[in-house]
Amino acid sequence: MSAPVQTPPPAPLARTAHLDHLESEAIHILREVAGEFERPALLFSGGKDSIVLSHLAVKAFWPCPVPFPLLHVDTGHNFPEVLAFRDRWAERLGVRLLVAEVEESIARGRVADRPGGSRNPLQTVTLLDAIAEHRFDAVFGGARRDEEKARAKERVFSLRDEFGQWDPRRQRPELWDLYNGRHRPGEHMRVFPLSNWTELDVWASIARERIDVPEIYFAHRRAVFRRDGMWLADSPHLPRRPGEQLELRLVRYRTVGDVTCTGAVESTAATVEEVLAETAATRVTERGATRADDRAGEAAMEDRKREGYF
Amino acid sequence: MTASSQRAVAGLLRVATAGSVDDGKSTLLGRLLHDAKGVLADQLAAVAAASERRGGPDAAPDLSLLTDGLRAEREQGITIDVAYRYVATARRTFVLADTPGHVEYTRNMVTGASTADVALVLVDVRHGITAQSRRHAAIAALLRVPQVVLVVNKMDLVGWDRSAYEHVAAEFRTWSGRLGIRGVVAVPVSALQGDNVVAPSELAPWYAGPTLLEHLETVEAGPERTRSLRFPVQYVVRAPEQGYRGYAGRVAGGAVRPGDPVVVLPSGARTAVAAVETYDGPLESAEEGRSVVLRLADDVDVARGDLLAPAADPPALTRAFEATVCWLADEPLGPRRYLLKHTARTTRAVVEVTGVLDVTTAALGPASGLSLNDLGRVRLRTAEAVALDDYAANRRTGAFILIDEASGATVAAGMAGPLPWA
Repeated sequence: MSAPVQTPPPAPLARTAHLDHLESEAIHILREVAGEFERPALLFSGGKDSIVLSHLAVKAFWPCPVPFPLLHVDTGHNFPEVLAFRDRWAERLGVRLLVAEVEESIARGRVADRPGGSRNPLQTVTLLDAIAEHRFDAVFGGARRDEEKARAKERVFSLRDEFGQWDPRRQRPELWDLYNGRHRPGEHMRVFPLSNWTELDVWASIARERIDVPEIYFAHRRAVFRRDGMWLADSPHLPRRPGEQLELRLVRYRTVGDVTCTGAVESTAATVEEVLAETAATRVTERGATRADDRAGEAAMEDRKREGYF
Repeated sequence: MTASSQRAVAGLLRVATAGSVDDGKSTLLGRLLHDAKGVLADQLAAVAAASERRGGPDAAPDLSLLTDGLRAEREQGITIDVAYRYVATARRTFVLADTPGHVEYTRNMVTGASTADVALVLVDVRHGITAQSRRHAAIAALLRVPQVVLVVNKMDLVGWDRSAYEHVAAEFRTWSGRLGIRGVVAVPVSALQGDNVVAPSELAPWYAGPTLLEHLETVEAGPERTRSLRFPVQYVVRAPEQGYRGYAGRVAGGAVRPGDPVVVLPSGARTAVAAVETYDGPLESAEEGRSVVLRLADDVDVARGDLLAPAADPPALTRAFEATVCWLADEPLGPRRYLLKHTARTTRAVVEVTGVLDVTTAALGPASGLSLNDLGRVRLRTAEAVALDDYAANRRTGAFILIDEASGATVAAGMAGPLPWA
C-alpha cells in the first residue's frame, strides 16, 4: 500500500446545480455554528465524509483559516494509511489536529479493552471525555441521513445532554434554515452539515472538487478473510478464528472506520470516476456492505447514538 | 401562488408529504423510493425480514418500514418524527420529508413543509376530503409551499373509478382555492401496487396526466427570480494582515451583483457591493440559496445579524408586527418573553395571542393562549428592530422561530404578515 495520492481528473459537470445547493447549505450551517458557539470542533475520522466536511469548512471561512480544530478519536486500530493521510490533510488545510486516544482511556481505566473485540463501542467514552476536557460546545460530524434509518431522523443541530446522550423523542423541531443553538452549560450540540448528502453526492463532490482521499478507497490487492459476509483485513488487531483463511483479493473500502469492524468490498474501481460509477450502480448501502457495528440489530445505530456515539 | 415561469429550476427538489397513517403515506414514499431505485438491496432485505417478524412468513414487504426509522415507530407502526429520504433520478435529486399526519403531529408537518418546494397531500379515495385533508392543505397554504399536489390513493380499491377520483379532486380544488392555493395537480394512484407512482397505470386509460414521479421531475418550484435582494450577514470574515474584511452569508432573496447599491439594516448605512466572492473565485451574480462572501465599497459597520438589501426596496424595520404561529411545545404559549430568531439575528419578544385557527374550516376564533399543535395569530413586540418581510413575499426573511430562554426549546414557528386567505 504505497500507492501515490490520487489526483483525480476534473469531473463532468453533471448534477452540478444540485451539488452547489448542498454545498451552500453545508457552508451556511458551518458559518452558523462559528457565529453562535464559543468552542466548536470538527470530528475527523479520515473517512470521506469528514474529509469533504473539512474541505467545506475551508471554503466557508476562506480566505481566513478554519476557526476550529479537527478532533480525531483514534481507536488504536486504525488503518495506517488513514492515519498518515490524516496528518498530511490537517497540515495541508492549516487546521489544528487534536487526537483523543482510546488507548489512553483504557490506560486511565475509563474503559476496558475486550480481548479480540472491537473497540468501536469504547470510542464513545473517549469522545465524550475529549469534548468535556476541551469544553467543546459544538461538534461537527460528517454523518448523513441516507446512511442509516436512525440517522434519517436526526436534526442538523442535535442537542446532547450533559451525559452526551441523544433523546430521539425530545428533539427540537427544525424549521426553515433557522437553527436553534441554545444549550445549557455541560450540554453540547452535534451538528451535521452533510445531513442531506448521499454517498453518491460525497463522491461527486470529491470528483468535482478534486479532493484527496486515503488510497484505501480505491481498488488495491489486500490479504483479506471472510467473516459475516464481509472481507476483513489481515491485521494484528484482528485475530483470525479457526477456518478463516487469508486470500489476496482486489478490494476497496466504502467506509473507513476501525480495522476490526470495517469490511472491504471486491472492486476494480481505481479512480474517482470509477468509484462514482460503481456507487451509482450499487445495490447495497455502504453501511450494510461494510459495517459490522450496524449489524447488531434493527436499532443498533439508534442505541449507540443515544449513548453519545458519533 | 406564483406563476411558474418566474421560478428558477431547482436542481434539488424538497418534497413534503402530508397524509394520515391510513392514507398510505409511508407506503407511497416507500413505493417512490423502491420504484425509482432509491432503495438498496440490504434495506429491502431488512424490510422484508421485519415485515415477516410482524406479519408472518408470507407477509409482503411493508414499504412503510423504509421510512419509519426509530424503534418506537416500528413498534407502534406509526411515523412519529419527520424522516428524510433521498432519491435521485436522471433528471432530478429529491429530498423527501415524510411527516406524520395526525393532528397531534401538526408540528412535524409544519417542520417538513417549512423547507418544502412541493407538498404532497395524500387522500384515500374511499374517504374523500376529510378534516385531516383540509388541515394538510391549510398547513401547505400557511407555510406557502410553492406547489401542492393532490395524490388520490387507493384507486385499486374503487376499481379505478374515474368519477370517484374526479369528485375528490374537485372537492379538494374548492377547498385549496379558498386557502389561496392555485395550480393544484391531482394524480390518481395505487401506492400499494405502484400504479401512477413511477410507472403509468394501465388501469386508468381515462387519466392522461403525468405519473407522480414525472410531475415531480418537471415541476418548477425553485426560488422566485423577481424578488429583491436579501442578504443576512452570518459571519464576518476578517484577515487583518491581508487587509481583508468580507461578510459571509447565504442569499435569502433575489440576487446580488458587484456594484449593487445596498443599505445595511438596522443601521441604515448606505454602501455598494464591491465584490461577490467564494473560495472558487469571484462571481458575476449570486442567486437565492447561494452561500458567498460580500466585500463592500465602504468601511461601514456591519455585524452578524445585520441584513443587506437594496436601498430602493428594503424590508420593513419593525419592533411590532403580527404573525401566524404554530405552537410546538408541550407548555402552552403564556404571557411572557421568548427569544425570537429571525435570519441570523436573535432578540427578545413579547407575544400576545389574538386568535386561534380552526384549520379544517379556515376560521379564526378568539383565544388568549395556544397549546401544542395549535395554529394561531399573534402580535409581537421585539426588544430590537427586526428587518422583516411579509412571509408571503419571502419565506426566508418572513419566517422566525421562538425559543424558550430557560429550556432552550424551539416553541413556535412564525410567519410574519396576514393569513394567506385573509
